[in-house]
Amino acid sequence: MIWDVLMTIALVLGAIFALVGAIGLVKLDTPMKRLHAPTKASTMGVGSLLLASIIQAFALGDGSLREVLIMAFLFVTAPISAHLISKVNMHRENTREAPPPPPGSGTWAVYDTNEADVGDPGQHG
Amino acid sequence: MLGLGKRLLPHPALSLLLAVVWCLLTNSLTVGTLVMAVILGLVVPALTAPYWPHRPSTPKLFRLTSYIILVIWDIVVANARVAFIVLFRSNASMRSEWLVIPLELKTPEAITILAGTITLTPGTVSADLADDGRCLLVHALDSADPAADVRDIKERYERRLKEIFE
Repeated sequence: MIWDVLMTIALVLGAIFALVGAIGLVKLDTPMKRLHAPTKASTMGVGSLLLASIIQAFALGDGSLREVLIMAFLFVTAPISAHLISKVNMHRENTREAPPPPPGSGTWAVYDTNEADVGDPGQHG
Repeated sequence: MLGLGKRLLPHPALSLLLAVVWCLLTNSLTVGTLVMAVILGLVVPALTAPYWPHRPSTPKLFRLTSYIILVIWDIVVANARVAFIVLFRSNASMRSEWLVIPLELKTPEAITILAGTITLTPGTVSADLADDGRCLLVHALDSADPAADVRDIKERYERRLKEIFE
């Protein structure tokens, strides 16, 4: 009984955070701000759902911790896609404000391009 | 003796990780699974050692575990905060800012984990690294005081990662 309650709480919590992530995708107005929405769905949303799965498996007597592995792979891979999307946004100057340059003489890695690579890629077909 | 140990276990942390992941994948803890886990933990790092010419220093596992717990707690707290911002604040009233974080970390592994941590905690996304690797560019959804947020990230995550990896 107590397990059912815990499991339900985890399920509802996960669904709420996934929903908030989706609302964020629709509501936020700039591409960089929109990037913040899926981090909620992929951390708390999926995390709570997996927690519910673990609780259910233990309540039924056949304990399962494979969900921990799903979580770990998700946590390792999710930042990489977010990182690449923000790099693309910066590269296409799709941001409301240009990012401030880093202190010193350097530049951000996205803008560190070879002279030969600058130009319109469309012209080469 | 030390040489033999190094050849048998070129990456102790990787061996441990492989063994644990194998046990989780098979989802059971029997003698057979454990034996297979130990074999994998011994063979895979030895076979792939040539591809890792620079042996990364083994992280301090206890500190790493407490760091992971801290990050999970922060993710839960930040999730609630950002959910509130997304649902109840208008786009115009969000003070989204670029944060430039000067890095003291030198090892690529530590910088990767710091960038990953920043992205996983809702409200901040790490966007780019300076070409010389000395600064991290972070986008914050809502930042009242950018300087304080930079200090907070450095104090909370970077200092701990420096202790773990360097």
